[in-house]
Amino acid sequence: MGRITLEKVQKKFGDVEVIPPLDLEIDDGEFVVFVGPSGCGKSTLLRLIAGLEDVSAGEIRIDGQPATDKPPAKRGLAMVFQSYALYPHMSVRKNIAFPMKMAGMDQEEQDRRIAKAAQALNLTDYLDRRPGQLSGGQRQRVAIGRAIVREPAAFLFDEPLSNLDAALRVGMRLEISELHNTLETTMIYVTHDQVEAMTMADKIVVLRAGVIEQVGSPLELYREPRNVFVAGFIGSPKMNLITGPSAGQHGAQTIGIRPEHLDVVPSGGTFTGTVGVAEHLGSDTFFHVHVDGLEEPMTVRADGEVSLHHGDTIHLEPQPDKIHRFDADGLRMA
Amino acid sequence: MATQHSRSAARWMIAPAVFVLLVWMLIPLCMTLYFSFADYRPMRATFEPWIGFDNYVSFLTSSSFLDSVVTTLQMVGGILCITIVGGVLMALLLDKPMFGQGVVRILVIAPFFVMPTVSALVWKNMFFNVDNGLFSYAYSALGLQPFDFLSQAPLFSIIVIVAWQWLPFATLILLTAVQSLDSEQLEAAEMDGAPALSRFRYIILPHLSRAITVVILIQTIFLLSIFAEIFVTTNGAFGTRTLTYLVYQRVLESQNIGLGSAGGIIAVILANIVAIFLMRIVGKNLD
Repeated sequence: MGRITLEKVQKKFGDVEVIPPLDLEIDDGEFVVFVGPSGCGKSTLLRLIAGLEDVSAGEIRIDGQPATDKPPAKRGLAMVFQSYALYPHMSVRKNIAFPMKMAGMDQEEQDRRIAKAAQALNLTDYLDRRPGQLSGGQRQRVAIGRAIVREPAAFLFDEPLSNLDAALRVGMRLEISELHNTLETTMIYVTHDQVEAMTMADKIVVLRAGVIEQVGSPLELYREPRNVFVAGFIGSPKMNLITGPSAGQHGAQTIGIRPEHLDVVPSGGTFTGTVGVAEHLGSDTFFHVHVDGLEEPMTVRADGEVSLHHGDTIHLEPQPDKIHRFDADGLRMA
Repeated sequence: MATQHSRSAARWMIAPAVFVLLVWMLIPLCMTLYFSFADYRPMRATFEPWIGFDNYVSFLTSSSFLDSVVTTLQMVGGILCITIVGGVLMALLLDKPMFGQGVVRILVIAPFFVMPTVSALVWKNMFFNVDNGLFSYAYSALGLQPFDFLSQAPLFSIIVIVAWQWLPFATLILLTAVQSLDSEQLEAAEMDGAPALSRFRYIILPHLSRAITVVILIQTIFLLSIFAEIFVTTNGAFGTRTLTYLVYQRVLESQNIGLGSAGGIIAVILANIVAIFLMRIVGKNLD
């Protein structure tokens, strides 16, 4: 079981309000991702749930039980840190055994759980090594192993993949997702990488300056971003946000068109511009187009076979049903 | 070419330092070695340049030799115990954020800047003195008989004085070690359900082990040659005669330079044995 409820939770450091009162409901077995730019309070929120920071006001409930005043160890949560926080002087086996040793579990049960976790995480051959002798990915797995053996109500991940190289990150992303499918335990995952959020989450919580901007499934956020911030944050490459007369034609302050919803047409089209940079990825090509009358270049995602180069003229037509309209407050218009 | 040039230039530049070092260290060592095989007693105008190992034999077989070795070990061991345990506690305390942290840290380091002779005199006259010492006042205030530290517990008194001087050193080294501990490790241990004492035992202490061995090594090297504190307080009486002090007495009080030199060479050999032993431990700990 791992149902976590935050009720009017607030965090202040001195006079600075890092997190204004917020409510959040995390269901049992959900994979929730907190995403936002750096300094948006997502890690603080995670630490509040973990109990490593004290809330200034409000209440945290885990499985319906008040947990606000419980110390971290009593909340039944396990955390995987950004730096892995492995104990360098202990072998992998002892690292994984540490929480069980602290709980006073008997040796047989410890060995059984270590063997099971090592098997699941491909660590069996490394159990007697020190963390210093392992690669980044292996250390990450040890940190996860140390969390698994406690059989916690929920896992908390604090940017666990940010210290890994790009290839390893994709691999670990899959492994964590698979782990979630096997364990079916609640997981809360903090990242600033919206790709990680989109690929892993059941539910994404977009944060900005401590405020929840939107909560929803990845596709909800993609299809119906509630405001300009979420629209610009979710999706890769970023959504083109256009203000001025072109937006006025749609009766909005700002319109947003995702790069993949712009068609390259032979002539005419709503926007005409020159190609700045063309990024050929093989499957797709991203064009950065300088459109007359717009400050920011527009990004277009075209088929990989479209052969346009720097300086070529390009005609663009947005798909009419895929235009997002936002009002003067940056909120989505129906 | 350039490297060869700079190499020979480097040799020339370090030459003066090497020269001074040789003059300062090798010449006294060689002279000590030379005297240790001689019967040299200037007050009696005796000088026999070669008497073989007689000095060594008489130094090693005298009852005061073994006693002084034991005293030295007790003294060094006692000081190490106090400074390491105290240093770890002080380091943990100073690591906590508090009001006036900078000033407190400077105050803690202060004893290290006091010269050994001065600190020994201060302790002797202001703290341990039976008539005027602060401890005597404290004892009488509690209605107890004043305790004459320097004659009743002389070894302990000297250990306290020297430990007070070296505590800042240990604290300083251990404080930097405490500060280099990754706070996420402590948080992880907290999440893993380790109470404060277990966090100290399983996370902080292993992290400090390297710094502790360094402190032990450096302090031992310096503590083997404690002299001023003994000279000023007890003059080597009441079982506070260390090996260093015994050598001093042989040379200057008995005016037997040959015997003292032999003792000096023996002390050098013993200190080197201890140093090699300690280096091994440190080497193991420093991977």
